[in-house]
Amino acid sequence: MTYLKATLSLLFAVILVVILNRPWGSIPAFGPLLSPFTGFWQNAESLSTGDQEIDVDGTRQPVTVRYDDLGIPHVFAQNDYDVYFTQGFVTARDRLWQMEFQTHAAAGRISEIVGDRALELDRFTRRMGMGFGAEQAVKAMLTDPTSREVIEAYTAGINAWIKQLTSARYPIEYKLLGYAPEPWTPIKCAYLLKQMTNTLAMGADDLRMSNILKKYGETIVTDLFPDYPTREDPIIPVGTKWAFKPLPIPAAPRQNSLSKEILSLAAPAFDAGLLQNDPSIGSNNWAVGAEKSATGYPILANDPHLTLSLPSIWYQIQLVTPTMNVYGASLPGSPGVTIGFNKNVAWGVTNVGADVLDFYTIKFKDEKYTAYWHDNQWKPTTRRIERIKVKGKPDVIDTIFYTHHGPVVYTAGAKPFRSNIPVGHAARWIAHYPANDLWCFYLLNRAKNYDDYVKALSFYAAPAQNFVFADNNKTIAMSPNGRFPLKWKDQGKFLLDGTSSVYDWQGWIPAEQNPRIKNPARGFVSSANQFSADPTYPYYINWQFAPSERGRRINQRLTAMQQATPDSLRGLQNDNFNLRAADALSVLLPLIQLNSLNSGQAKALSILKSWNYRNDVDAIGASIFTVWYEQLMDSIWKDEFDTNDSVPMRYPSFDRTLTLIQQGPNARWFDNIKTPKSETLPEIVTQAFLAACDSLAKRHGSMGTGWAWGVHKGTDIRHLVPALEAFSALDVQNGGGASVVNATTEWHGPSWRMVVALGSLPKAYGVYPGGQSGNPGSPYYQNMISTWAKGELNELIYLQTATEKHSRLRHKLIVK
Amino acid sequence: MIQVLLIAVLSFLAQLILPWWSIAIVAFLICFWRSRRVGSALREGFLGIALVWLVYALLIHLRTEGVFTSRMNLLLLKSTSPLGMLVITPFLGGLVGGIAGMAGYYIRQAILPSQQFAMKRR
Repeated sequence: MTYLKATLSLLFAVILVVILNRPWGSIPAFGPLLSPFTGFWQNAESLSTGDQEIDVDGTRQPVTVRYDDLGIPHVFAQNDYDVYFTQGFVTARDRLWQMEFQTHAAAGRISEIVGDRALELDRFTRRMGMGFGAEQAVKAMLTDPTSREVIEAYTAGINAWIKQLTSARYPIEYKLLGYAPEPWTPIKCAYLLKQMTNTLAMGADDLRMSNILKKYGETIVTDLFPDYPTREDPIIPVGTKWAFKPLPIPAAPRQNSLSKEILSLAAPAFDAGLLQNDPSIGSNNWAVGAEKSATGYPILANDPHLTLSLPSIWYQIQLVTPTMNVYGASLPGSPGVTIGFNKNVAWGVTNVGADVLDFYTIKFKDEKYTAYWHDNQWKPTTRRIERIKVKGKPDVIDTIFYTHHGPVVYTAGAKPFRSNIPVGHAARWIAHYPANDLWCFYLLNRAKNYDDYVKALSFYAAPAQNFVFADNNKTIAMSPNGRFPLKWKDQGKFLLDGTSSVYDWQGWIPAEQNPRIKNPARGFVSSANQFSADPTYPYYINWQFAPSERGRRINQRLTAMQQATPDSLRGLQNDNFNLRAADALSVLLPLIQLNSLNSGQAKALSILKSWNYRNDVDAIGASIFTVWYEQLMDSIWKDEFDTNDSVPMRYPSFDRTLTLIQQGPNARWFDNIKTPKSETLPEIVTQAFLAACDSLAKRHGSMGTGWAWGVHKGTDIRHLVPALEAFSALDVQNGGGASVVNATTEWHGPSWRMVVALGSLPKAYGVYPGGQSGNPGSPYYQNMISTWAKGELNELIYLQTATEKHSRLRHKLIVK
Repeated sequence: MIQVLLIAVLSFLAQLILPWWSIAIVAFLICFWRSRRVGSALREGFLGIALVWLVYALLIHLRTEGVFTSRMNLLLLKSTSPLGMLVITPFLGGLVGGIAGMAGYYIRQAILPSQQFAMKRR
């Protein structure tokens, strides 16, 4: 009996410990997680104030880091190596898990962490050639000795932090997901930049447009999907002369039998999630010249819009050496400052929606995929083997065939992860080309004047950005900039024939011929992802860009603005005027059939009529308009251009739709072909309005404060792991919207807002929706969200010396 | 009482260098050595470990104004009160300590039964 008791109780104790010591599926290991000695308790932090000295044996000379009251490090080093080493060190200290997770995602390694539910995502990431591209990029980065030193110092700094980390101090996500950080390597810096290209330059409508072309023919495609919108105010002002002699434009191939063959290949059926050019992932930037500014010097503003997430996308830092003093927003995982200012200049970026991803139809010799037809001969493919580690399962081996165009993302018969990726096609993508984009930022961080800016930009490839610039010589400038392939007009609007070099990319637009404007007569420069230039620009960059409303609104306000101050630019960043509503309501409201409305709907209409077009937090009109026009787009287009069909298609733009409505009620598209009746334009406009009222009532109850824009929209800033809702900021209340300058939507928004007033010393302001720390247990995790939601900015402390006094400085860290 | 203190002090020291499950070994050994009844082994193992985990967790909670306690409570228990974490943490540690203590007592019974009588007579 005693033996039985002894055995059983010992067994019980051992089993209990074993159960608690390991994760079960997505349930973490509770023993180590709850232990105050090793678990989440160790991640709880308080505001640190004490000075610290860390000996990591990595810097060449001691480095002083001064932290301010927002946890922003101001790094004072004696040389380049030390400054980037310390940037790596302090960034890893705050953001290690995020940096590694993002690069794992870019490398197609999520399955390693979460198991086979991420397998198709990883496979897709790798099949798009992210690994191939990162390998090309890191080679370019490490070839130049200076950029090599930067990358190596940054890498060493991150690893110095990892090396002294005990498992009890691992970021909480490692503890919850049950894995450990690995050493950082230079290629991870390349992966991070590829991930930005992935986010900003992976939109592709080629397949959808080809499906539409096949179904409706060229005349309708040209009519509904024109190459320039009705309402536009391009980034380079209309009328600007192009002061260069353009290269000859490659000849467009004539239609031949093969393009019919291509069209027959389009349109496989899939049911995976869509990825379209997302108009709400855009950004604003502008600079006003000295003559428009109250300070007598230019003032520059930038707010890049991204899918908002926690830990924050950006990390503020000041980097000081005897030859550099730069402050701004950096990307954790990339050395240097990406958007910021130094003593003499300031710069910022918004995305250029260039068409830099094209798909080529590949004719393989046979099912072995070893050879493909190109320029009248069989050319060999190369094979790339991807080994995907899967948590708790054996590795998965994937073979990808590369043509000279690029990887064949999916061979015939495969089921693509995303429905806009055509099977049997090779992807030619800017992300596959070697480039040292970091070098552009290295030079911008040290730029003193316009010439330095121009030189820096010539090294930048992707994702193409509108670089705004201002300096204290009173120059302002703007350049949609990146490596743009030299194409014939509309090359890549549809799927391309991969069997003939006529369809290949034909070289590059010379960097010095990228669109650029310096000190325009209107006294300001601006960009909001709209068309880079009007149709007089000799080269083709894309046939579509983000809708024009933000850009037009910014230009209206800047044209009117005099005596600008940083605060007036901050005001413009938070401008909630809905130009789309102003454009559309004067057209749509008269079409409503009043006798179809009941009293509640009539009240909604009167609220909409008296709405001031502002997407303010309490505006009910903003909710009604938004739901109405989205419903109207469905009513007009869904019957003919249904995107959920087995044949992926897309709708014409809102701009084209509004013009179509203005052109008269007779377009064939207004009739719903799925009903026997023939609908008129006023009928569908009214029906859409009624449906909008119903849908709002269903979601928020009868009309009242529940319909307020802030409530209807709500902005979620989610943790990178979707399941970690507790680490997210949900339903943040603020105004804004898609196609509004304050482009805050349910998921997206200004991921960093910055205003810099140039002068003998710059005066700068900024904020992002999150905090400096990536640790949900830190008071610096999301401490800036309320400032951001209110539309306020923090003053950015631009120190000149390591010993300077400032009331907002808190503690000091010496790294040796 | 002395057993509780011994377990608390020794498990505290062990956890500074060893993994969390060293609490089981400490509770096992102390109860093997000193516990006289199964009930007291359970109680002493539980209290010794729970005490250390509660005090340490509470210290961290107070020092950091409880921000993360609430967030973890939200994550694991879907409630924003920090109380859940402050109860579950010592309970879990205590459970492991108690069961290990009980095992220590019974193993002692099985391999050195004579000493049990000696202790009982005393």
